[in-house]
Amino acid sequence: MDVLMQQIVSGLATGSIYASLALALVMIYKATDVVNFAQGEMAMFATYLCWSMLQAGLPYWVAFGATLVIAFAGGVLIERVVIRPVERAPLLSILIVTIGLLTIFNSLAGWIYSYVQKPFPSPFPAAPLTVGGVTFGAHDLGQIGVTLVALLAIFAFFRFTPLGLAMRAAAQNPVSSRLVGIRVGWMLALGWGLAAMFGAVAGMLIAPTLFLDPNMMGSVQIYAFAAATLGGFSSPVGAVIGGLSVGVIENLTGTYVKFIGTDLKFSVALIIILIVLVVKPAGLLGRRAVRRV
Amino acid sequence: MTHTKFAGSWTAALFTALACALPSGLSNFHLFQFTQTYIYAIAMLGLNLLTGYSGQISIGHGAFYAAGAYVAAIMMDRWNIPYACTIPAAAVICFAAGYLFGLPALRLEGPYLALATFCLALVVPQILKHFDQWTGGSQGIVLTKPAAPFGLPLNPDQWLYFLCLLVLLALLFATAGLVQGRVGRSLVAIRDNPAAASAMGIDTALYKTVTFGLSAAYTGVAGALSAIAVAYVAPDSFNIFLSDNLLIGVVIGGLGSISGALYGAFFIEFVPTWTQDISKAAPWAIFGVVLIAFVYVMPLGIAGGLRAAIGQRFARAKPSQ
Amino acid sequence: MTPILEARRLNAFYDEAQVLHEISFAIAPGGITTILGANGAGKTTLLRAVSRMVRTTGELLFDGRSIARMATEDVVRLGIAHAPEGRGTFGDLTVEENLKLGAWGRRDRAGAPADMKRMYRYFPRLHERSRSAAGTLSGGEQQMLAIARALMLAPRLLLLDEPSLGLAPLVVRDIFGILRTVALETGVAILLVEQNAALALELADHVFLLETGRIMVEGPSTVLRENEAVRRAYLGY
Repeated sequence: MDVLMQQIVSGLATGSIYASLALALVMIYKATDVVNFAQGEMAMFATYLCWSMLQAGLPYWVAFGATLVIAFAGGVLIERVVIRPVERAPLLSILIVTIGLLTIFNSLAGWIYSYVQKPFPSPFPAAPLTVGGVTFGAHDLGQIGVTLVALLAIFAFFRFTPLGLAMRAAAQNPVSSRLVGIRVGWMLALGWGLAAMFGAVAGMLIAPTLFLDPNMMGSVQIYAFAAATLGGFSSPVGAVIGGLSVGVIENLTGTYVKFIGTDLKFSVALIIILIVLVVKPAGLLGRRAVRRV
Repeated sequence: MTHTKFAGSWTAALFTALACALPSGLSNFHLFQFTQTYIYAIAMLGLNLLTGYSGQISIGHGAFYAAGAYVAAIMMDRWNIPYACTIPAAAVICFAAGYLFGLPALRLEGPYLALATFCLALVVPQILKHFDQWTGGSQGIVLTKPAAPFGLPLNPDQWLYFLCLLVLLALLFATAGLVQGRVGRSLVAIRDNPAAASAMGIDTALYKTVTFGLSAAYTGVAGALSAIAVAYVAPDSFNIFLSDNLLIGVVIGGLGSISGALYGAFFIEFVPTWTQDISKAAPWAIFGVVLIAFVYVMPLGIAGGLRAAIGQRFARAKPSQ
Repeated sequence: MTPILEARRLNAFYDEAQVLHEISFAIAPGGITTILGANGAGKTTLLRAVSRMVRTTGELLFDGRSIARMATEDVVRLGIAHAPEGRGTFGDLTVEENLKLGAWGRRDRAGAPADMKRMYRYFPRLHERSRSAAGTLSGGEQQMLAIARALMLAPRLLLLDEPSLGLAPLVVRDIFGILRTVALETGVAILLVEQNAALALELADHVFLLETGRIMVEGPSTVLRENEAVRRAYLGY
């Protein structure tokens, strides 16, 4: 039973990383119908920037905060400078632009920081915590905690602030948004900025476990896609639930279904998602677009 | 004949002439690059049918490429089947696989379909490694390059070059016929307005699943040819980058255009080599910039850009009359 | 007195198709103007030209200032509110959120809460449903919401596209009464597109008749009501 609890919490911990990245993907998708293939690489690059700041001697949480700000600015900049010129192009073309961004960030990181893995510190103590008689890794609990705080903050932002309301409006109905004076273009840029911030959170939290290298976010991004699809690409809540579920499923199948082993556990998670899609083609919480004839 | 079709048949003739002349001047390695380009073009023709004409996004066609390659490899290696027969076999098997995948895919839209195909592409290398009694596992299967038949004075690389060229030309011709006729128009109708298409009596479900099958078949043929030409198959050559590259090629080349497959294949095969020459340190960063630049300048792909340029020239020629 | 809205040889296009041809008019500040015309005459396009939702050539002036090259959101911030054809409500957001968004482009944000109370007074039904998603409202209620949202801007010019569409006659009378009151109280100019000619002629001070993208007749409503052609075509007698 204890092992089960530990595996579940461990799964929730990695799941919260997937949830953060999935949320970033869904935010941008909701506003623009574009799936940002570069989200993971942007997160990785932000994590490297944090690493540089830590090397320079900044205390952890200062570097963490500064990285969030830089990631936000970076996201806004990328939307305004790189995406805006092609926003009227066909969707697949915009997708290719994001693939271009992916290769640029990946290659730049390798060039600037080399492909040698680097250790990345965790702000949480190394000693495990005991809760209710079961021991858990402090970093696992920390991951869940930080992600939770970030999620609550963003949900509160969207729900209760005027700017959040304007962003929701711009994502849902850009035409009517213009008619009330909202500068839709800037709302999209803000969306990219927030998404980049979430990506950075995911990157910085998982780097201690995976070790920092340019390809660190590759599999995380795949799981994040899977999570967003599972939860429904049009639902932020779905993205979070999807992320947590994928984390737990991945962990439990890896531990309990013995014949699968590590190389196939990846496939199992994906196959489960394929099955869900057959039953619910728009994901668990997604809504099928109603086509007006 | 409209000016685009006119230009099209001239370019086709020119291309064929150049392509036949090529082998005499090139080393085997460079020749192989062109052979690989033709193979990619065949795969992209298939992907274009699915994504460009039928509007169903796939970022997982690498799976069918791998399937075709392994079908050919296993047939040649285990059962000593002549390589020429493996090509139609790969086509048939991949058609069936594509059709079967297309059935549940009917219910999926946009990013959900993309992810389903993505999952397929990721899962295939893992499965190939797992069932190693058949597939040779991570080591893969080593094959021998076939010699030119009928005692033709060509070395194996040259023969394979012409074989792939032949298959490509045949498929280009066949596809042109397909899309310029009723089938093509129906697919475009389904892509642009599915409700109206069905109201007109087009069986959208059948068209979409058969298109999936066909596009998988083309890609399977490409995979089989690559197994023969490279004389080696291994799971890691069929990773997600292959599927990414196929999609990049189709979009850069020009969605919904036949010549687009060729432009895209050249892009995918040669641009990475050139970027290596420009920068040893971060060649993929340059590739990314080139990719973005292409989309900026030609959002409808190279074929789209050329079409616009030709159209403008003809438009300018008219007014003075 | 500077007209609140003036068009000089305005043309409007949907891609290559030209819908408005060399339209020129001037609307005085305050007061209600209505545009009449058959379907396809270009009435909706005229409103969309003013709120910069279609491509135009020619001159368009708002309170003497050229707006012909401005974007929709900038023109809104100058004080032009548009309740469009199809209502344009944010279906997934609540009634209250829709009203709050209406105030986004306001000059004085501070006045918004007071105006929201006023809207609830004018449209009690909206107050009852303030927490419901706008998409769940009936057609008539959505129309009221669209008008209320436009008024939340505290605009100097209000563009209304077929406000009576889908509303019961009694409700229409109420709304038009509210519009008259608002025009008197705030001095807002109203430019109204209406199919219901009789009602529009009753409410408006000034009338334009639009036919295939050109202004055929214009004048005070008292005069046009008696005009033979207008009566035959639009009033049915």
